[in-house]
Amino acid sequence: MSNIYANSYLIIFVFLCLGVLLPIGALTAGRWLRPHVPSDAKATTYESGNNPFHDSRVQFQVRYYLFALLFVIFDIETVFLYPWAVVYDQLGLFALVEMIIFIVLLAIGLIYAWKKKVLRWM
Amino acid sequence: MMEQWLESTPGWSNIALFFGLGALLLAVVLAFVTYGILAERKVMGFMQGRIGPNQVGGRFGLLQTVADVLKLLLKEDTIPKAADRPLYVLAPIIAFVPSFMVLAVLPFTDAFRFADIGVGLLYYIAVSGLTTVGVVAGGWASNNKYALLGGMRAAAQMISYEIPLVMSALGVVLLAGSMNLVDIVAAQKDVWFIFAQPLAFLIFLIAAVAELNRTPFDLPEAESELVAGFHVEYSGFRWAFFMLAEYVYLFAMAALVTILFLGGWHPVAFLGWIPGAVWFALKFCAVVFVLIWFRATFPRVRADQLMEFAWKVLLPLSLVNIVLTAVVKAWFF
Repeated sequence: MSNIYANSYLIIFVFLCLGVLLPIGALTAGRWLRPHVPSDAKATTYESGNNPFHDSRVQFQVRYYLFALLFVIFDIETVFLYPWAVVYDQLGLFALVEMIIFIVLLAIGLIYAWKKKVLRWM
Repeated sequence: MMEQWLESTPGWSNIALFFGLGALLLAVVLAFVTYGILAERKVMGFMQGRIGPNQVGGRFGLLQTVADVLKLLLKEDTIPKAADRPLYVLAPIIAFVPSFMVLAVLPFTDAFRFADIGVGLLYYIAVSGLTTVGVVAGGWASNNKYALLGGMRAAAQMISYEIPLVMSALGVVLLAGSMNLVDIVAAQKDVWFIFAQPLAFLIFLIAAVAELNRTPFDLPEAESELVAGFHVEYSGFRWAFFMLAEYVYLFAMAALVTILFLGGWHPVAFLGWIPGAVWFALKFCAVVFVLIWFRATFPRVRADQLMEFAWKVLLPLSLVNIVLTAVVKAWFF
């Protein structure tokens, strides 16, 4: 059992290495093959033919932040739900009721966000 | 075969063995991407009354994608002066690596599978979420307005649709009682989960299309409004790695749908004499075909529709699905 465990994570590590090696290998091979003729015009930022003006990293819509917060809340909910789903057979009715209460609480949160117009993208 | 190797004591010989097998899978995936792209172009050509690629490599354009890749390899690599250079170089790699890492847990058949970990499904979801970081990093590092907009949109979309994706898969975990993908396939020996969990399947499929950034949810790369989204400034092979990541995810997601809902390698009814690998390939190809079909059929949704659909329709539906599944399971089993 422990061997399967160790070997499985060994495989994942090997996949990580392969995934890093492929881009590095391909980009290195590309460096030998591709032309390299830099010029100022090529190095400018693309802006549909206009000369780029000021930095693009400006203040951004706050809405993205709100969605990120919502995401964190519901992603953590799933982290709690997954172990519950796996051992659901052994836990019985009590766990079911408890989890329904949990889900309803979060659903109320969702409805609150909905009513506060957080979910509107405009 | 794989089970024996998994049970052997870990060591350098194991690393070498797994490295060889992993490289083999990488070759298979690259072949799939090559011919998947060709199939996509051919099928879309057929659906739109065109011929599609038919020049390079014979009548069916069999070498078209190979030629495209070679062309990309010979393209000059320009990095804009305003870009954040280290991050710009790193971003395609960050986007690609997780796409290959998720393949480690997918069981393709009884014998042809790799890592056998208890948290298989969770691992897939967790690792695939990392690609968002690569996409945002690419958009931010480019220092281009279109790229930044595209990157932010991509991030917002990917996190929004990740929730329904994860929640709908929960119904499957409830029924199977395990997150290990091999166990999930084993639990579908009699009834595939597409029949036991039709609602979850629908939500999962829609969310999967959105996670793959494919039409009708291809806003991050909307050609007609953002030029190309987060990869405007990328050229040559760096760009190719963003695209490769996308198609490797197509492979992974189609395989995951097959495993979670279509019974993996289990045969249909009395056709058990056909080997499991063929069954898996057939179901897998059907899912890929449906995804291509979507692309040729649906118009792109609006940005506000996109986000509201995830939070106001898919998320409540998947919550209902979880409660329903749990109640039904408590009552009848």
